Parts: sequence; structure tokens; C-alpha cells
Amino acid sequence: MMWEVLKQIAKTGIASEIPPVAMEVEAIHIHDEILKILGRALTIREVDAGSCNGCELELNALGNLYYNLEGLGIKFVASPRHADMLLITGPISRNMSTALAMTHEAIPSPKLVVAVGDCAINGGIFGESYATIGGASKVLSVDYEIPGCPPEPIVILQGILTAVRYKLEDRTN
Amino acid sequence: MKFEELELRMEEMNSPFRIRRTTVGESTWEECAFAIAQNHGQLVTLWASQKSAKRFAVTAIYSMQDEGLLWLDLLLGNNVVTFPDISGLFPSATRMQRAMRDLMGIMAVGSGDNRPWLNHGFWPNDYYPLRKDVSGFEVHEPEAPQAYSFVEVAGDGVHEIAVGPVHAGIIEPGHFRFSVVGEKTLRLEERLGYAHKGVDKAFERMRAIDGHRLAGRISGDSTVAYSWAYCMALESAWKWDVSERALWIRALMLERERIANHLGDVGAIANDAGFTFGLTQFMRLKELWLRTNKEIFGHRFMMDCVLPGGVKADVSLESIAMLREQIRVFRSGVERLRAIYEDHSGLQDRFMHTGIVDNELALRLGLTGLAGRASGVVHDVRVDSKSFPYTQLNVNVAFHEDGDVAARVSVRFDEIADSLNLLEQILEKFPAGNIYSPWTKMEPSGTGAGWVEGWRGGVFLALSVGKGGNVERCHLHDPSWQNWPVLEYAVIGDIVPDFPLINKSFNLTYSGHDR
Repeated sequence: MMWEVLKQIAKTGIASEIPPVAMEVEAIHIHDEILKILGRALTIREVDAGSCNGCELELNALGNLYYNLEGLGIKFVASPRHADMLLITGPISRNMSTALAMTHEAIPSPKLVVAVGDCAINGGIFGESYATIGGASKVLSVDYEIPGCPPEPIVILQGILTAVRYKLEDRTN
Repeated sequence: MKFEELELRMEEMNSPFRIRRTTVGESTWEECAFAIAQNHGQLVTLWASQKSAKRFAVTAIYSMQDEGLLWLDLLLGNNVVTFPDISGLFPSATRMQRAMRDLMGIMAVGSGDNRPWLNHGFWPNDYYPLRKDVSGFEVHEPEAPQAYSFVEVAGDGVHEIAVGPVHAGIIEPGHFRFSVVGEKTLRLEERLGYAHKGVDKAFERMRAIDGHRLAGRISGDSTVAYSWAYCMALESAWKWDVSERALWIRALMLERERIANHLGDVGAIANDAGFTFGLTQFMRLKELWLRTNKEIFGHRFMMDCVLPGGVKADVSLESIAMLREQIRVFRSGVERLRAIYEDHSGLQDRFMHTGIVDNELALRLGLTGLAGRASGVVHDVRVDSKSFPYTQLNVNVAFHEDGDVAARVSVRFDEIADSLNLLEQILEKFPAGNIYSPWTKMEPSGTGAGWVEGWRGGVFLALSVGKGGNVERCHLHDPSWQNWPVLEYAVIGDIVPDFPLINKSFNLTYSGHDR
């Protein structure tokens, strides 16, 4: 059986695609860039603040062998204490407002806040109501926004890289 | 039992599947619930609506083998806000009734559990967002966070583990309260509602003809199923004919959605048992699958591709050839991986006898959909609804008897194989024709229902269109309402580290549930 597993791995091979560049910049070596700014790999804590789960599906896809997020020196972490960046999805349901605030608070500075998906930017089709706050910027200072419904993995990746390239530098200086 | 035996004056609703509707008084309401429960019928869903300033109604949808659905309306008296509890007969009604109270202030009399469910204290207990006299935009200062009274478990060595709503991975929010002794789970209690977005009220701000866009965004992984259920309801209410080709393409998209989710799940479930190889391989297949969706339908998840009157994207001859080739490649690829999974003793050791829901418990609690089939409760809306185009397709309903994680994985593998076959049949059979029939008449008021086998199970949607073509009431039901409570039983006696594995083997929706 192990033989079958090894055979399958060999057959699949390495399929990582060339990562996108941060916007407006020529080809940069992402790994080195993050290392230079942060001194270590970039870690991200994600919070689903009432999303429909579409954005989560695409965030999870970033880990697949085509996008190979961890190969770029970026990983999602379980504890906000270990994170450099907070990624938020969803129209900020009021029922998640406390958990979101606590997670944000627990992330040590310097930190970046990125809103992923139309809902996290402006509430999307849900807008602002008794149940939804309507966009992360209403409750937190958001450094970067990645629009889409949901944004495709390549777009999310590009957004994360841009946020790190431009915004983190501001934060650490 | 046949619904006729209830001796009600039922009227057949205009619908591609059989659904009969009737209005009853309180005593008949209780008698019907009793008779249906006695005869192994199931409660599909329950909701409240407001008929006028002082009058409300409660509606139940029941299903019975070979009988289609029964839509039962209970009109409450002037200023009456209570109705007879049915959770004693149908356990899944418990949370549905709690949600009805949160949203509409209609209370079940005789129910044991009256804790709020969707209201987490961010708006007052007596603020009922679905009532006509509130706009739904009222913002309240949250009171001091109310402690939710979880059931406490006492005993030597019993301790509590609280998990969530923010979870370790990239996953929806929910709270799980475990009572454990050592590593063994004694009891699990869930608290959901964190993703509540006020969807029911949001529907009422929309024109009916646009409602599919909201329906398709309640649960991203089931966007095709939900939007189809919505369109089916509107098209039924307006007697809007949709072309055959459009219906075939809807089925094509629905089966593609089913496969996409199952591919992701069998990978993720193996990952939760430590077999990362499975995750990598299946995430690769899923990525290729989604890219094809994007190429043919314009969106990786086919969001906004099902709309009232038909579908958005057609399938060209070139696409058909591409799809056929993909089916061939995936069929053998998945078979090869399935063989590896089944041969891997370490993996099977984690999968088998873990998270068991036996057939008797499944029937008693109303376990439904994929999880139900893995516990021997064999229902599938594609067969039960007898609606086009599934009447022309050979659906082999997958099921298993063991009700453990292994069974739920096995059913997924079987369904991938069967859906690949269905896709081939669809590509063979679908006729030429247009894919969209616009609505050119006035937009009348009316009521309709949609019923679709989403990848988790039967999705039901009831739509009432009011004057001027606006949505008056829209209630969407996901089968997770039946299945979430059953998860609390599935974990009893298993170790806490098996929880992610068991939970993932169900993979229920949080957002589709919370709305």
C-alpha cells in the first residue's frame, strides 16, 4: 500500500505555479521580501465573521499544491498570539463582533488587518442591519481590502503579498 | 401511510414535485404531527410568518415515503403568539422553534427548551426582526453579555472544554462545549447562530426576481442547490416555464457542485486523521474541477449561474468534449485514491467505529441527507421528488449501514462515482434549445416551493411573493438543522481528538443553518 502512495506522489510531481507579483512591482522574490520586513515567515490568523463560507473555501485552496502558500513562507496559524496578520471574511455578523474584537486584540503589534471578500469590505449583499455590521472597517482599522465574491485564490494571494509589501513596511518603520 | 388518510382538504400546489397544502386548527395540527410521526414520516422544516398586524401563522412541511411533501399551515388567532409544540414527536423541531421565537416572537407551548438560539444578546429578547412593525435596521446597544446556560454535567473527574466560535483552522464559527472524563467525551453541546445575518428579513427588501442572488450567498458551497430551490419556488408561484435544456444544465451544475464538495471532504477527513497525502491529492483534483467550472460557467462555484427563467451559461460542444474527458480522468483518479484509502490500515482504524450514529437513533432523531444515508436512512430528493430532469436519470442512491466516519466517507466516494455517471448521462441526453426564458408579464403575488438534493441533503425553500412582485416571506431550510443535533450524540464515548474527524465527516453548514 505504501508503494501505491509513493507511486501516486511521484506521478503527481511538483505542480506549484509561479506566484503572482505584488501589484505595481516587478518580479520580486517574495520569500526574501517577507523575511527582510518581518525577519521571519508571515503568519495569518483568519476570522470568519459571518461569511457564507465561499471565501473560506478559496482561502483553504491557497494551501493546495498549485498555490502552495506555505512554500512562499506564509502560513495560517491557530493562535492569534502567533499571527502577524488578521484576515477577516463576512459582513461582520453582530454575533461575531466580540470574538472578532478579542482575536484582533490578542494579535501582537505590528499587525496587519486585511478584509477578504465583498462582505468584509462593505457588507456585500447583506449590508448593514440588526444582524450585520457591514464591513470590517466599521469596527477595526483595515489596512487592505481584497474584493470578490469570493475572490479567487490567485487574487487573495496577490492581495496578501501587496499588503505585506506596502503596508507592513509602514507598520514596522 | 398516505397523506389522504389524514382526511384534510388538501390542494395540490403548482410545482415540479408533489406538494399538497392545507390549513388546520390547533387540534388537527397536533393530530397530524402524531399520525405522521407514528407512521415514520419526517418533519422537513417549521417557520412562522405574519399575516396581518395581529395575526400570525406557523407552517410545517412534512415528508412521507412516496407521498411528496405536505405543507401544513396553522393560522393563529388574533393577537395569539403561541402554538402547540411538536418537538416531543420530532426532536429536530426544538431548535427550529427556538429560532421562530427569536425571529418572530412566536412560542411553542409545552416545549422543554426555551433558550434563545439565534439571538446572542446583541439585540433585546423582545426585538423580533421578522415582525412587520420593525425595519430590520434597528441597531441596539448590546446588554451585558448574557451567559448561555449550557447544560452542566456533574461528577468525579468531569471537566469542560470550550471550543470556538473562532476555530483553529479556516472554518466557520460555532461553539462546542464538551464535558469530558480523561479523553472520553461524555457530552457535547453546540451553540450556533454566530453567522446569523438576518437573511429572512433581507429577502423582504428584495424584488422576487432578484432573490436568487441572496439565496445563492447563504452557503457558498451549496450556491447551486440553494439558488435552484429559490428559482423553482418562484417559477412555480408564477407558473413560469423553463426550457428543458436549462433544467438539464441546472442538474449538470448541481452534480458538479456535489462532486466538488465530496472531493474536498474526503481529502479533509483523511487529513483530520493525519493522512495528509489524501488532502493534497484531493485538493489538487478539486482545484482542477473548480477551474473547469470557471472556464465553462464563469465562476468556480457557479454562483449566480442559476437564475429565475433558466441558467446563465450554456454548454458548448467544445465544453462537452472537455467535460467528458475530465469525467474519464477523474473516475480513474478517484478510484485509485479510494483503493489507497481502503487499504491503509492506520486510516481505516481511525475511520471505523468512530462517530457512530446507528440506524435506530438516526430514525428517531430525523437524521437526513448524506449523513442519514450513511446510517441506513435512505432518502434522496433526486428520487423522492420525481421531478425533471432526474426522472430521466438513473440515480443510484448511495448508502451504508454502519453510520461511522468510514460509512460517511464511503457514501461520499460512492456519490462521486455515481455523479460522474449522471454527468455522462446528462451530457448524452440534454436537448438543444434556449437556456433562458424571460418573464414578460406582470409580477403577480403567489406562493411556491423549491426542493433540491443539495450535497448535504434536501434543501427546501418556501417563497411568498407579495404585491408588486416583492418578496413577502422567504424561508430556506438546510438539512443541517436536522443533523447538527445528531452530531452531539455521534461523539459520545469517542475521544476528544476524534472530534475534528467526526465533525468533518458530517461537514454541516454553519452559515446555511444560521442565515
